[in-house]
Amino acid sequence: MTVTRRHDARLHVSRRDFLTLGAGSFLGVVASWRLAAQQPDSLPGTGPAGRVSDPARAGRPLPPVTAADNDAAIQAIEKQIHCTCGCNLDVYTCRTTDFTCTVSPAMHQRVLALAQQGQSGQQIIDQFVRDHGIAILMAPPKRGFNLAGYFVPSLAIVVAAVALTLVLRRWVRAARPAAPAAPLGDAGATPEELARLRRELERLPS
Amino acid sequence: MTVLGNLALWLALLVGVWGALAGFVGRRQARPDLAHSARRAVFAMCGALLVAVFALEWALFQHDFNVEYVAAYTSRNLPIFYTWSALYAGQKGSLLFWATVLSVFGSLALVFTPRRHHELLPTVAGVVALVASFFISVMLFGHANPFHRLPYTPLDGSGLNPQLQNPGMVFHPPMLYLGYISITIPFAFAIAALLSKRVDADWLVAIRKWTLLSWLFLSIGICLGMWWAYVELGWGGYWAWDPVENASLLPWLTMTAFLHSVMVQEKRGMLKKWNLALIIGSWLLSIFGTFITRSGVISSVHSFTQSSVGYFFLAFLIATGIASFALYATRLPLMTAETRLESMVSREASFLFNNLLLIGIAFSVLWGTLFPILSELVQGTKVTVGPPFFNQVNVPLGLALLALTGIGPLIAWRRASLPNLRRQFAVPATAGGLTLLVLLVGGMRDFYALMAIALGGFVAATIVQEFARGARARHRQYDEAYPAALGRLIARNRRRYGGYIVHTGIVILFVAFAGMAFKTETEATLRPGESASLRSPYGHTYTFTHLGISQYDALNRQITAATLEVRRNGKPIGYLTPEKRQHVDGLGRPTFQPSTEPAIRSMLREDLYVVLGGIVDGTEQAVFRFTINPLVWWVWYGGMIVALGGLIVMWPGGAPAARRAQAGYGVRLVGDDR
Repeated sequence: MTVTRRHDARLHVSRRDFLTLGAGSFLGVVASWRLAAQQPDSLPGTGPAGRVSDPARAGRPLPPVTAADNDAAIQAIEKQIHCTCGCNLDVYTCRTTDFTCTVSPAMHQRVLALAQQGQSGQQIIDQFVRDHGIAILMAPPKRGFNLAGYFVPSLAIVVAAVALTLVLRRWVRAARPAAPAAPLGDAGATPEELARLRRELERLPS
Repeated sequence: MTVLGNLALWLALLVGVWGALAGFVGRRQARPDLAHSARRAVFAMCGALLVAVFALEWALFQHDFNVEYVAAYTSRNLPIFYTWSALYAGQKGSLLFWATVLSVFGSLALVFTPRRHHELLPTVAGVVALVASFFISVMLFGHANPFHRLPYTPLDGSGLNPQLQNPGMVFHPPMLYLGYISITIPFAFAIAALLSKRVDADWLVAIRKWTLLSWLFLSIGICLGMWWAYVELGWGGYWAWDPVENASLLPWLTMTAFLHSVMVQEKRGMLKKWNLALIIGSWLLSIFGTFITRSGVISSVHSFTQSSVGYFFLAFLIATGIASFALYATRLPLMTAETRLESMVSREASFLFNNLLLIGIAFSVLWGTLFPILSELVQGTKVTVGPPFFNQVNVPLGLALLALTGIGPLIAWRRASLPNLRRQFAVPATAGGLTLLVLLVGGMRDFYALMAIALGGFVAATIVQEFARGARARHRQYDEAYPAALGRLIARNRRRYGGYIVHTGIVILFVAFAGMAFKTETEATLRPGESASLRSPYGHTYTFTHLGISQYDALNRQITAATLEVRRNGKPIGYLTPEKRQHVDGLGRPTFQPSTEPAIRSMLREDLYVVLGGIVDGTEQAVFRFTINPLVWWVWYGGMIVALGGLIVMWPGGAPAARRAQAGYGVRLVGDDR
């Protein structure tokens, strides 16, 4: 069979090829229809989901979320623990923002395991401190030299405020004799100058 | 072109060193020829550095991967804007950018400084040339030459880190750099004023706009950085108290303090010592920030890779700090106040307490940033100082500062009487109290959020009262309609009312920060068709329905996107498509690990923030994180209002009276002998 196409090109297709192609297409359509009917993967919430074409593009595969992942108590613990991947974030923030990190999910699993053993939040944190040292905490504990970390800024501000108040009081006292409540005329201003002063002051915003 | 770039760098260094010598010697020996030469040296250095920038950009755009810097930060398929911004993406290029922008600012300062300050210019030229020469020296002698060639030529470059492939990269770093760099100009004027013993208010006029410009750039840069850190996952939200974030906040705080205390010097001739110390301190903090970012001494998500460059900056910081404060100390006897404080209850005193808090916050941020190093030195243990520490220490201080933002404008200059205080405080205090009451009745119990919003109400009422009184006065005096009176009020008193607009932006920012106390979030694994719900603090229920995963190619990346239908209280409001992005080079090879792009629906009251964590077993079943972030929209618009206010303050012109007040002590306004 010879098919003449619009643009002068000639396409040679044998009858056998033509029939094979037609039958194949028909079967393909039927098969896909049957597949959809048999396996409603992509229909809303009715079964296992279909596969994506290239899973590697979507990053590291993740396990499904469990109830413990959303547990506020677990999250509160993880927000006090420093992720050791070098990100400067806490474990909870790191595991929920940096999905390339493998350290924070492991630390999360450790928190879950300790919680399942019946340990309290403080016990879990203490365990992490024993394992990794004090740097594992997002804020240093309030004891020893660390107290300086918490109180030096506030103390410095209070001391500076007291000093500033004392200095200001001294300045005010020193200024008082120098600024007697004398009439304006004592400054040597003429009535014209005073009138100009009033005009200028009126023009100024309050 | 790299040969040209190298030549330009060497030329810039030689000219810069000459400019520094000529500037200082020319001033000391009062030789106009050397002073002129220093000035021209800054222009020449600027020209040479611009040539070097051109050469590097040429290499970047020509994909000359034999240049190490080009191969490290670009690839053939990198979009054009990011190829341009690769100039400052890495350590070496950003040093070149720093030096170039400084030389441009220096040249502008030398050209546009009014004639009456020309006596200061040789030293200004000397300081600018010295600082720029330091940066060029770091490039040439600190193994940080951006024109360094590789012994081989890779087929393609490594490309830019996916987190940096965001519009924020085009705007945030330059703005922050402009802020950091332009502080050098006020610093140079301060050194010039100290050397020439001209420490009156006159030199302040020369630098006020430069300081404002620097403050404005830093403000915009910090706000853009917050936006970028929010929309780009992995940086822990818009503010995470990271050392590099803190480093940008430090000079901003000290400059904010200066912009307030300089008013006291201009109006009353007081605080000369303090203002000079603030300018020197701000510049040193900008160099400190550069040191933190580049040394790797403190771990940060933002810092460049660890390198020996940090030691250069540490040495420079120590040397310039000692030299500046030694000079400052010798000039202290010259800086006596011209007037005395008349009352503890005065605008001057309130500015001093405002400065105390700003510097206190700066100290506490610096202390927290350096505490890990200090702890290691003292205890032998490095501790982590993260957001819990900074929030605990700084939130109360920030609230006190917010209160002073409202109190300051209500207190009169020189002395405030009791009836005056009663009249001034009545409306704002009532507004603040009412706000608190409404929030308590509404069920809000978070202490800091309550205080932030109630104080916000107080400050907002203060600002409204100031605008209303000013407009009413104009309406009465000039018979202007209220809108016209308001417009002219701002136009004729740009500095004062622009400042109030900045305060409005600050109030909005504080209220927006308070909103984050009510953030809600949940994680869920959804198959196509499944939904997750989340209740917002306002009582709405948002339902997110997973519709499916699609994969496609775009620009230099392969995208895996999840489509979610969003409903509020059952009513559809749109779709969100969080993504995973696998970046590839020009040959289609993956360059970095897949990055995560959140989908954000920003609304007036709250943001819906959806993250595609990943997929389960290669299927369309996906792990999501859904977050409702209240009031985030207001952070960006608060920042814009701050920038707008800053622009109004900076805008040239204004009423003659206001201009005169800016040009010297306010009291001269009525006392001069014209």
